[in-house]
Amino acid sequence: MKYTYYPGCSVRATANIYQDSIDAIAPALGVELEELDDWNCCGATAYMSVRELMSFAISARNLALAEKYHRDLVTPCSACYLVLNKTNHYFNDYPEMRKKLGQALEAGGLSYSGNINVRHILDVVINDVGTEKIASLVKKKLKGLKVAPYYGCQIVRPEMGFDDPDDPKSMDILIDALGAETVKYSLKTKCCGASLMGTEEKMALKLCRELLADAERNGAHCIITLCPLCQMNLDIYQSKVNSLFKTKFKIPVIYFTQLIGLAMGVKPEKLGMKRLGVKVSGEMKRIIEGA
Amino acid sequence: MLEKEVCYEATLDLDFLDEIYSLPGGKEIKRCIQCGTCSGSCPQACQMDHAPRKIFSLIRAGFRDEVLRSNTVWLCSSCYSCAVRCPKEIKITDVMYALKRLAIKEGKAKRGKKATILSKNFVGLVNKYGRNHETELMTRYILMAEPFNALSFIPQGMKLLVNGRLPVLPHKIKNLDQLRKIMTKVEELGEI
Repeated sequence: MKYTYYPGCSVRATANIYQDSIDAIAPALGVELEELDDWNCCGATAYMSVRELMSFAISARNLALAEKYHRDLVTPCSACYLVLNKTNHYFNDYPEMRKKLGQALEAGGLSYSGNINVRHILDVVINDVGTEKIASLVKKKLKGLKVAPYYGCQIVRPEMGFDDPDDPKSMDILIDALGAETVKYSLKTKCCGASLMGTEEKMALKLCRELLADAERNGAHCIITLCPLCQMNLDIYQSKVNSLFKTKFKIPVIYFTQLIGLAMGVKPEKLGMKRLGVKVSGEMKRIIEGA
Repeated sequence: MLEKEVCYEATLDLDFLDEIYSLPGGKEIKRCIQCGTCSGSCPQACQMDHAPRKIFSLIRAGFRDEVLRSNTVWLCSSCYSCAVRCPKEIKITDVMYALKRLAIKEGKAKRGKKATILSKNFVGLVNKYGRNHETELMTRYILMAEPFNALSFIPQGMKLLVNGRLPVLPHKIKNLDQLRKIMTKVEELGEI
């Protein structure tokens, strides 16, 4: 299965461990990701706060570039996924917007018909590869590992369609297929604070504390996520949560692709596991090293 | 809290609703039934001057200044919980973006000063490289928005750095010229 790949800026920087784990598992899953040549930033949430049409226009350049390949455009980042999809919606639903975006693209020698299907890599893993195939690749049993799936916000909203917005199950099913145990907890789609970690730090730290506490209370050994910003907030800022709220969280927060790699028996260093802010320890270490 | 307890019609901006209404995705706002699902879904509602339901009520009543000066839009993290649950399918998050832009334009974004610095630097980097350069964004943001608090960012920065997650050099796209032509055209056409 071949896809056009839109990495997004984060997986080339603070989330480069996400990219490492994707590279390590994609061939075994039969997923071929051909990087979109010369892609640019999607605009994320920050651009939209200052300019609307401009934000859609830079995002649309990517869709226009992707169109000549006639393949689905796949991204690992929740924000890119949402923004590119939203650009599609506005392009297709608002004639005035479509007209102006069309003119802007034309100025750059491009055109777009509105037909590129933008998908998240979790959607591809669950719905195209399938859990049956994934289960067949498991070499290391993760029996006893309690994993809290954290979906965050933008992956299932607004109505992108591949999972339920309030109670998504894709990663729950994945965890089962890998032989680990899914932790049920109520905050799996509650926001981590996203970019508020920069502008309203205390509030974002409070949201992270609630998430970490809920996962820990329900017995999680680790949290898996699918978004670069969620991972950074919960992992890199976990020590700041601890110092502000006098808590003692020590919960590794890893990408779902890293968990797949671990179960497939890929060496942890190839998956970026050694470059987490909160290192693997305790029960999780025992299980993944002993298995 | 509302600054005025009694407000005369003359001091209200009754065109405010029409202004929001004319935005793409803004027309559904007239259908709001004040059910409060948005406020109940918002992870930040308890920290806001006015939770989302009240913001819609204020927009419709013409309390332009209260809306644009409130902290509400700056605490919105774009999680879309409200938008996905709204029974009237109002694009609430997108209305929040529109309010952010209006507040910046009219110089009423006092609470959003830091968010504005973050956004404008982000835009500057994307315009310069075609991509975001997270290391430069964080550095610029900290120096401009939190110069006296810069030391407190060091532990997190170090965690990223020692783990090889903070690249020094930016990625620049090849056809920056094409991106710039698209952007110049948008400037010509004007925002919607």
